[in-house]
Amino acid sequence: MAKGRVDIDVDRCKGCELCREACPQNVLALADDLNGKGYRPVILLDPLHDCTGCALCAVVCPDGCITVYRDVPQKTPKKEPVLNGKSLSLAV
Amino acid sequence: MVMLAPNQQQTEKLIYERPHSLEEVYTHYCPGCTHGIAHRLIAEVIDELDIQERTILVAPVGCAVFAYNYFAFDSAEAAHGRAPAMATGIKRVNPDSIVFTYQGDGDLASIGIAEAIHAASRGEQLTVIFINNAIYGMTGGQMAPTSLLGQVTTSSPTGRDAQATGQPMRIAEMMAGLPGVVYSVRRSLHDARHVIQAKQAIKTAFEAQMQGLGFSIVELLSSCPTNWGMSPADAVHWVRDEMIPVYPLGDYKVAEALQNKRGRN
Ligand SMILES: Cc1ncc(C[n+]2csc(CCOP(=O)(O)OP(=O)(O)O)c2C)c(N)n1
Ligand code: SF4
Ligand code: SF4
Ligand code: SF4
Ligand SMILES: [Mg+2]
Repeated sequence: MAKGRVDIDVDRCKGCELCREACPQNVLALADDLNGKGYRPVILLDPLHDCTGCALCAVVCPDGCITVYRDVPQKTPKKEPVLNGKSLSLAV
Repeated sequence: MVMLAPNQQQTEKLIYERPHSLEEVYTHYCPGCTHGIAHRLIAEVIDELDIQERTILVAPVGCAVFAYNYFAFDSAEAAHGRAPAMATGIKRVNPDSIVFTYQGDGDLASIGIAEAIHAASRGEQLTVIFINNAIYGMTGGQMAPTSLLGQVTTSSPTGRDAQATGQPMRIAEMMAGLPGVVYSVRRSLHDARHVIQAKQAIKTAFEAQMQGLGFSIVELLSSCPTNWGMSPADAVHWVRDEMIPVYPLGDYKVAEALQNKRGRN
C-alpha cells in the first residue's frame, strides 16, 4: 500500500476531529498542548508510517489545514516476470 | 515540498493542498462547522475552472456573512436574503463575469425566498450555493423553514410542529419546477465520499453558468454543531441519519446540455 504523510497547520486547526473520524489508518491524534486560539490541534502520530496519503482527512477538514504527500516509490531493480519458473521476458 | 539536489530522486509528491482561491486566514466558523467545507470546495472548483479573475461572490447575512474575507476573488455583501437580486444586477452589467451567491436557509428560504424564486424564474445566469443546516445559525439557533419536524430550536422549544409552522421546505425540488432553472441538485457534506460528490455538483453548476445555460443551484446539507448542541462528529451523523431522509440527495433537474457530465450521484 502507498505510504504518505500529512502536514497540519496547527495554528488554524480547531480540533474538531472530523479528520480523525475520516482517517482509515488511525494515525491522527489530538495534541496535548493548545494552539494560539485555545484549541487542541490534531497532529500526525504515525510511528509505524501507516499513513497512506489517501487525503480523506483533507477532504473533510472544514478549515483547509491539511496538506497531503505521498511517497514516490523508489526505483528498485526490475524483477524478471516468471511463469512456472520460466522467464517471460522473451515472450513479448 | 522538499527541494531536490540534482540527480536526487523525488521522494514524495504533493497529493492535496489548500486551494489558491481560498485566503490563508483563520475563519470565524465554529469547530467542525461544514460551512468551511463548502467554502473549500467552491475555491477548489474555481481554481480548477481557472475563473478566479472573473468570479464575483455575493455573500449573505448569516454565519457566512464574512465569506468575502475568506475567498481570494471579488465579492459583495448583500442585505439579508437579497443576494440573488444583487447578483442579478452584477451579472447583467458584467455578463462575462461568473457570479454566485452563497446563502443559508434562513437567508434563502425564509427572508429571501422571493428574490431566490424570481431570479430562478427569470433564468438569470447565476449560480446559487445553498447551505441547508436546518437552523438560523448566526442568530442563535432559531427555527428555519428547513428545520425538521420535532426539531427543538430556540423558537420551537417543544419541537417544530407542522400544524403551526408547516413542513420542512424542499428547495432543490421546488427550484427544479421553474423553467429558468437548468441545474438543481442536493448533496451532503457529512463524509468524505459525499464531500467529493458535492464538489462535482458545484463544478457542474458553475459550468452551467459558463455555458450561459441559465440558473443553477446546489443545495448542500450542512451541519451546525453549535446550535444543534452536538459534537462536530455527532452533527455530521445527524445530517446523515436525520436530514437525508427528509432531504433526499439527488438530481432534481439537469438540463440536457449538462447530462453525462460530472455531478451525478
Ligand atoms: C433584515 C434582517 N432581518 C433579520 C436579521 C437577523 N438575522 C441575521 S442572520 C439570520 C438568519 C441566518 O440564518 P441562515 O441564513 O440559515 O444562516 P446560517 O447562520 O444558518 O448559516 C437572521 C434572521 C438581519 N440581519 N436582517
Ligand atoms: S492521508 Fe489518509 S491515512 Fe494519512 S492521515 Fe489522512 S486520512 Fe489518515
Ligand atoms: S478536520 Fe481540520 S480543523 Fe478539524 S481537527 Fe482536523 S485538521 Fe483540525
Ligand atoms: S453557529 Fe452553526 S452554522 Fe454558524 S459557524 Fe457555528 S456551527 Fe457553523
Ligand atoms: Mg442556516
